Amino acid sequence: MLGSLDARIPAGSLDSKWTDHKFSMRLVNPNNKRRFDVIVVGSGLAGAAAAASLGELGYRVKVLTYHDSPRRAHSIAAQGGINAAKNYQNDGDSVYRLFYDTIKGGDYRAREANVYRLAEVSVDIIDQATAQGVPFAREYGGLLDNRSFGGAQVSRTFYARGQTGQQLLLGAYSALMRQVATGTVELHTRSEMLELVMHDGRAVGVVTRDLITGEIVPHSAHAVVLATGGYGNVYFLSTNAKMCNVTAAWRAHRKGALFANPCYTQIHPTCIPASDDFQSKLTLMSESLRNDGRIWVPVAHEDGRAPHEIPDADRDYFLERKYPAFGNLVPRDVASRNAKTVVDEGRGVGPLRNGVYLDFSGAMARDGEAVIRAKYGNLFDMYERITGEDPYTVPMRIYPATHYTMGGLWVDYELMSNVPGLFVMGEANFSDHGANRLGASALMQGLADGYFILPYTIGNYLSDYLGDPALDTSEPVFADAEQAVANEMNRWLSIGGTRSVDHYHRELGKLVWDYIGMARNKTGLEKALSEIPALREEYHRNVRVLGSADTLNQSLEKAGRVADLFELAELMARDALTREESCGGHFREEHQTTDGEAMRDDENFTHVAAWEWNGEGTPQTRHREELEFENVELTQRSYK
Amino acid sequence: MSAEINLTLKVWRQAGPNADGRFVTYEASGISTDASFLEMLDIVNERLIEAGEEPIVFESDCREGICGTCGLMINGQAHGPQKGTATCQLHMRSFSDGDHIVIEPWRATSFPVLRDLAVDRRAMDAIIGAGGYISVNTGAAPDANLTPVPKETADTAFDAAACIGCGACVAACPNSAAQLFTAAKVQHLNLLPQGQAQRWARTEAMVETMEAFFGSCTNHGECEEACPKEIPIDFIAWTNRDYIKAKVKNRKLAG
Repeated sequence: MLGSLDARIPAGSLDSKWTDHKFSMRLVNPNNKRRFDVIVVGSGLAGAAAAASLGELGYRVKVLTYHDSPRRAHSIAAQGGINAAKNYQNDGDSVYRLFYDTIKGGDYRAREANVYRLAEVSVDIIDQATAQGVPFAREYGGLLDNRSFGGAQVSRTFYARGQTGQQLLLGAYSALMRQVATGTVELHTRSEMLELVMHDGRAVGVVTRDLITGEIVPHSAHAVVLATGGYGNVYFLSTNAKMCNVTAAWRAHRKGALFANPCYTQIHPTCIPASDDFQSKLTLMSESLRNDGRIWVPVAHEDGRAPHEIPDADRDYFLERKYPAFGNLVPRDVASRNAKTVVDEGRGVGPLRNGVYLDFSGAMARDGEAVIRAKYGNLFDMYERITGEDPYTVPMRIYPATHYTMGGLWVDYELMSNVPGLFVMGEANFSDHGANRLGASALMQGLADGYFILPYTIGNYLSDYLGDPALDTSEPVFADAEQAVANEMNRWLSIGGTRSVDHYHRELGKLVWDYIGMARNKTGLEKALSEIPALREEYHRNVRVLGSADTLNQSLEKAGRVADLFELAELMARDALTREESCGGHFREEHQTTDGEAMRDDENFTHVAAWEWNGEGTPQTRHREELEFENVELTQRSYK
Repeated sequence: MSAEINLTLKVWRQAGPNADGRFVTYEASGISTDASFLEMLDIVNERLIEAGEEPIVFESDCREGICGTCGLMINGQAHGPQKGTATCQLHMRSFSDGDHIVIEPWRATSFPVLRDLAVDRRAMDAIIGAGGYISVNTGAAPDANLTPVPKETADTAFDAAACIGCGACVAACPNSAAQLFTAAKVQHLNLLPQGQAQRWARTEAMVETMEAFFGSCTNHGECEEACPKEIPIDFIAWTNRDYIKAKVKNRKLAG
């Protein structure tokens, strides 16, 4: 049984922990590395970076991705940028300041040691990416340019137009393909992980389904690394790509990996509002737009005038009014909640009154349209393609949408879950962002984990197993896992219900958005805990999956993913109900200050909640990892 | 303003890589002009499932025009009628009530059909593996500001790097050539100071791997027209120049 969770944080001062720990960890000598097999599931920033780095070191690596190419992973869609404490702008940035901003932005619910290490290696990421040929934005002198982002008062964000994630992923993907060509990495595309295989209490492999042929394939290794992203699609409508899901992490959870802080979800303030029921996803407009755009709604309720007819005196620039110090650059959770407040008051704009304006007219008057076009041209074009409106002449309409999930599988300081041999990186783990992630920090964390942390820490685990071959895939544990996958496929195909998988996914998403969205309360969460299981029961009884298991069958793929999202949604509700405080992205209406700000309960909730699977039909057990703050004083976050 | 339109779709259906394919006609009625093209197909698929028919297989992921997963021939045009726009960003306001729309998969021998509208594009990964990288092991990089890169150079390299690897250039080309895809990656790296060390080896290897899989370029320019990122064919010209130089330089270096 698990006691209180130990993250195995090294002793010593904050700024020497990682350096000292790198020295104290055991190494695997270069000749022995080729005797270890490592499976990396997922090929986004974290997965591609880790697989490439492990391949360079000489490990035998297998990359499994359900995409047709590693380059498709959803990291590619990140727009705004990547933070790093380079202090190239001479504006007072430092590793400590990036650490401090991230801890504060996360509302004091992240581990100090992890976050400090993240800030420390951030500078190496920029060097690595630049050397790979990532075309970051540059000044006329040829040196790298920076911009500012929400939650920070320095300019530390490196960017590549509005496509920073794309360029960083293409860099990691090119490094990965170099290793594939060299033969150190074996690449399996269109392979979806559906089971984690355990032996003697350790992770020893996975079972995948080939999405083209339906073939069920066992993969054995000394360690399994999950880099499979977040679970934002539990809301159905989110800025995530359509295929993003929780399945790999959830199947590991069902095998014993603890799932931490599932209620910490991030609602991004600047997305294009939904236009109708057929909407399949929501599109993000980069947070960087808040550098130059001003957010406002009319002062009057249901003001019917066009935006240009509304004089300044009748506009409410509500973020500038409430938060004069940070203004439009308050962190995401604060910006989102305030947008919800004004829309709920009936001051929303657009045909469905479900948005707020993001207005560039002031910036264009100040800097000229050409400057704005150079900075944000591709985003403006995208907005126009989707809405049919020209943001150069009409203010954009934006509204919050689910964007990122801070929760994920629990990992220790070495990024290993409580299951020995199972490592988790990037958005799939829970570790570095606390209850709220700052903008431009997801790319930083994915690449930090993949390039600079896991390649060190995995050796510390593997060195115990030198000389042991990976478990043979003819062992019964593999046959059992393969049979479980085959049974699952047959089960979906034999239900013969009446409604599609997407129908149920959409219905689930509505429940999760209503009860576990931007603001939560006890009554709603209790409703969620009765309505979600009821809908799930109907799903398992009435879903219609046509076709067969031995071909490309997209409904069949989705059926299992949505089933896992149902189980996750229930755990999110339970986690949100248990956390009787507001912090970051988790806003409990019962816990707010008189002026509507989040109110933490540090005495009772300065801990990570990590949930243990107890089998189907039995609620998970809640474990705690106490968070110790030795360097930062816990205060109420203030951006005023 | 949004309106509802009725469409007739002729969609390529093919049960598997070795099966015969055929066009099947579907009526898509009551489609909002605010819907995206893929949302229109989502609606058609919902109706097919309700009617007990297997839905049309088509691929997409980000639906923001950046992942490169989607790609359909729409009335014979790769990614459809709107210039500089991937299929997922095309909206139904580009169509009119009563339109007939022919929907096919990418057409190229190097992109075999997997099912219906989904194709296999792994040949593009092989081209990247042949040299579409700068060999720098993790941890070996110097400070990022050590080498200034003129802004114009960085911007031009970015114009090439914007490629999303969707394969529209191949699908649009009468020869099914992959010159624009390949040249975009070659020039992204060849333009940058960081890419000089491997410039000639990269160019030769990538071009020749491309030739092993795809047809040859005869300067039609259809690729640039179809490219959702509007990558210019100048990069092809520069790559041809680099390839000729590479053949000489690589021989000289070897000798």
